[in-house]
Amino acid sequence: MTIHQLSIFIENRSGTLIKVLDALKEANIQLIATTIADTAEYGILRIVCAEPMRACEELKKAGIAVAISDVFALQLDNKPGSAADVIKLFSLAGISITYIYTFLLRGKGILVFRTDNTDLAKKTIEENQLPYIAEADLTDWA
Amino acid sequence: MSNYFNPEFETLTREQIEALQLERLQKTVRHCMNNEFYRKKFAEAGITPDDIKTLADVRKIPFTTKQDLRDTYPFGMSCVPLRDCVRLHSSSGTTGNPTVILHTKKDLDEWANQVARNLWMVGLRPDDVFQNSSGYGMFTGGLGFQYGAEKLGMLTVPAAAGNSLRQIKFIKDFGTTAIHAVPSYVTRLYEVMKEEGVDPRRDTKLKVLAIGAEPHSEEQRKRIEDMMGVKAYNSFGMSEMCGPGVGFECPEQNGLHFWEDYYIVEIVDPDTLEPVPDGEIGELVLTTLCREAMPLLRYRTRDLTRVLGRTCPCGRNHIRLDRMKGRSDDMMVLRGVNIFPIQIEKILMQFSELANNYLITLTTDEENDNMTVEVELAQSTDDYAKLQALEKEIRRRLKDEILLTPIVKLVPLGTLPVSEGKAVRVEDKRKVYQ
Amino acid sequence: MSRDERSALQGKRLHKIVEYVYHNVPFYRNKLQELDIRPDDIQTIEDITKLPFTTKKDLRDNYPFGLQAAPQSEIIRIHASSGTTGNPTIVGYTRKDIGVWSECMARCLTAYGVTRDDIFSVAYGYGLFTGGLGAHYGVEHIGASVIPAGTGNTEKHLKLIRDLGITGLACTPSYALYLAETMDKLGIRKEDLKLRVGAFGAEPWTESMRQEIEARLGLKGFNIYGLSEVMGPSVSYECQMQNGSHICEDHFYPEIINPVTLEPLPAGQTGELVFTTLTKEGMPVLRYRTRDLCSLLPGTCDCGRTEVRMGRIQGRSDDMLIIRGINVFPSQVESVVLSMPEFAPHYMLVVDRVNNLDTLQVQVELRQEVFTSTFDTPAAVDELEKRLAAKLKSVLSIAAKVQLKAPGTIERSQGKSAHVIDKRKL
Repeated sequence: MTIHQLSIFIENRSGTLIKVLDALKEANIQLIATTIADTAEYGILRIVCAEPMRACEELKKAGIAVAISDVFALQLDNKPGSAADVIKLFSLAGISITYIYTFLLRGKGILVFRTDNTDLAKKTIEENQLPYIAEADLTDWA
Repeated sequence: MSNYFNPEFETLTREQIEALQLERLQKTVRHCMNNEFYRKKFAEAGITPDDIKTLADVRKIPFTTKQDLRDTYPFGMSCVPLRDCVRLHSSSGTTGNPTVILHTKKDLDEWANQVARNLWMVGLRPDDVFQNSSGYGMFTGGLGFQYGAEKLGMLTVPAAAGNSLRQIKFIKDFGTTAIHAVPSYVTRLYEVMKEEGVDPRRDTKLKVLAIGAEPHSEEQRKRIEDMMGVKAYNSFGMSEMCGPGVGFECPEQNGLHFWEDYYIVEIVDPDTLEPVPDGEIGELVLTTLCREAMPLLRYRTRDLTRVLGRTCPCGRNHIRLDRMKGRSDDMMVLRGVNIFPIQIEKILMQFSELANNYLITLTTDEENDNMTVEVELAQSTDDYAKLQALEKEIRRRLKDEILLTPIVKLVPLGTLPVSEGKAVRVEDKRKVYQ
Repeated sequence: MSRDERSALQGKRLHKIVEYVYHNVPFYRNKLQELDIRPDDIQTIEDITKLPFTTKKDLRDNYPFGLQAAPQSEIIRIHASSGTTGNPTIVGYTRKDIGVWSECMARCLTAYGVTRDDIFSVAYGYGLFTGGLGAHYGVEHIGASVIPAGTGNTEKHLKLIRDLGITGLACTPSYALYLAETMDKLGIRKEDLKLRVGAFGAEPWTESMRQEIEARLGLKGFNIYGLSEVMGPSVSYECQMQNGSHICEDHFYPEIINPVTLEPLPAGQTGELVFTTLTKEGMPVLRYRTRDLCSLLPGTCDCGRTEVRMGRIQGRSDDMLIIRGINVFPSQVESVVLSMPEFAPHYMLVVDRVNNLDTLQVQVELRQEVFTSTFDTPAAVDELEKRLAAKLKSVLSIAAKVQLKAPGTIERSQGKSAHVIDKRKL
């Protein structure tokens, strides 16, 4: 029910970001979405891509420290308010969202997020039959 | 060894105490006539030192307030030449004039004597190891206990506040038997001990805690005693009087003995300023009886408390007062530091990035007392790094002003309750006055 | 006191202190017995070269009270300074020691021209560090008013300096310059102040720093030197000549040695400064190696004092850094880094001076193992950073700014000094 997201600690100085992107290019990995949680001194680069496990191995080979996190990726209807409706379900269940971002995949809005309670979040998705995407979809659709 | 550090003073009968107080009051009042402020006050009230014939005559003397100390800043309250002063303490903050308290060498000795008397009273002797985990410098809790503990002859560790890991290391390595700290810091120490796998009962030689400089309830005291497995004694002090040492609990733990050979204690109604009967809560008013540099006559402490009794099974007939029950002004006490909301407001208003609305919340989280300052941003921004820097700068400036670091939360415009008239800017969620 | 009289007194006191430690400190008894020295072999001050040295490591090995000579009930005060690793160096003082210290401090303040009419602000750190309480007791001893300002809150401090007409200031020289900066910022001129005497120490400083401080604060600045292992501030002090610091050598006997051969060096030559405490009860030390490099100045001083003078500290014979007056060893940082499994054993200390305030940044390298599924938010990184910062503070006694680095990004060091980048120009 979750997909693998790469989280990479990068210091705020020139050359650090390109090192990561170059390594992914070398490995022929297709990026799907990226976002950075930035602070004054460093950033956490989050990447959704095709073949995340292979990407992780390649990055490690290139000497880049990378963490794999399990995040949810829900498919949304492309209309106003759909994100609010979905997130409200989690809120009602008492689940906090740690971070969130969105991207388009084949014209469909995808909502990526991590919560403070994975089990309860899974239950909420099941009970409400929310459409989610799986890891295989990323590779197929990219 | 005696149970008393100053048996000749500690075991006086009520009659003897009152006779001594009258003699010292008359002397103090005459000494105050060296000072213009008091001369003027006496003239305005139409009294002279000769009018003080009985102890009850103390009520003829006008009150002294913190405002008087500010108005006469810096040396206007001094009753001796400056060259006879050897120490100066000053209140925190840069808002308005700070208060300045002067001491002669004899004042320091008398101060140390009061502290030593207190520590002796709760069973500490020269063989004990006393760790003073209180802030040093201008804050009187550091130097006050340092001098007192050294006078008693204990091995005194000037550990100062903070750095819990090192505090715990010293408690273990030095065989510390007594600690002085503000109550919220003791709970913090316990929490870190737990994290480090240190059991105060098993791994330390602690036998006495002295806690004070911030209000705390009986429940908090019991919790601290349960955590640390030792008795915790309440200490009362204020820099205007000298610092710590003014009042302290005896082993009976039935209220704080205020040393009446050093002070005249009155409890008054803060509105009418008339005395209230024993047992009723009112504002504590203190008159110093032994101070040379800066005697204070009928000083309004703004602390609310009540008289519990004037005798005690411990043999000391010095007045017993209840733990502090509140304040008659808007001062907050957090981790032993006195803070007025206006100090915080003044700093916040210096930032053009901030709007006018703010809220100060005092809480106890996981045994820590914290202050959260929420303040509205004048404008929205997506520059996270800039917000971080702003938050940090506000924290730094507040720390400079109030000496402790609050949690700063920047909130969007319009999220804090809008106040009308005199704003309610402080929410104290701790249960300190009970 | 003439030099001959003093030598005689020093010899007598040396004999007494050797006898005292022989009977009260097993560590010294063992050392002396190993060298087959009995207290009676030490009769004149020249005999001092027969005695063994004491090092910081000896203090560490005997932590906390192993070198203490007086019984615990006689000790009324403890101070601590940085150890080379986790354990600080502990020094216990008897009531008499505190008295001697206050007297030496008063001796130094008197040389500066301070009297009981002065109002003296002590802006060294109070607490375990000897700077604050040491200077404090000395000022009280001569009857001047002491203001225990402590460190920090510079704006309020300046306000007090101006409003109270403070005449004397004790702080680190870099803090004095920081005060001058803050004066400029607040529009306070030196003419608004009554400052006239400064007691500056706890870190090395230069003649040009002195000139700048004197010009900007409008006072005369004097050096004060000391270390907690020997006593604290006032081991030596400058007189009005400002030409070398007089050592209170009736209490602290100085030698200069070659740090490699450990042979004594003649006056005028630069080497490592060594002190023997001649009167201390709590924790006397024999031939304590300070690691400070300087020389003893030949000749006599025009001020009339016959106490020998030491020149400016030229450096260290170890890798100790002095940051904001606090001694810091890279090995202390190493002990913290090694105690946390999150970090690789590679680290770097970056020391700088920004607006006359020393800054310490500690760079550490994350281990690959840290990168688990929850290491994907700034909050997780912050938490780790804070934990390290707290541990560093508990060991170093000063706050360090922590910078986490990705694995493999800190240059692999060869040798000790490679762990330090000191950008200050001292």
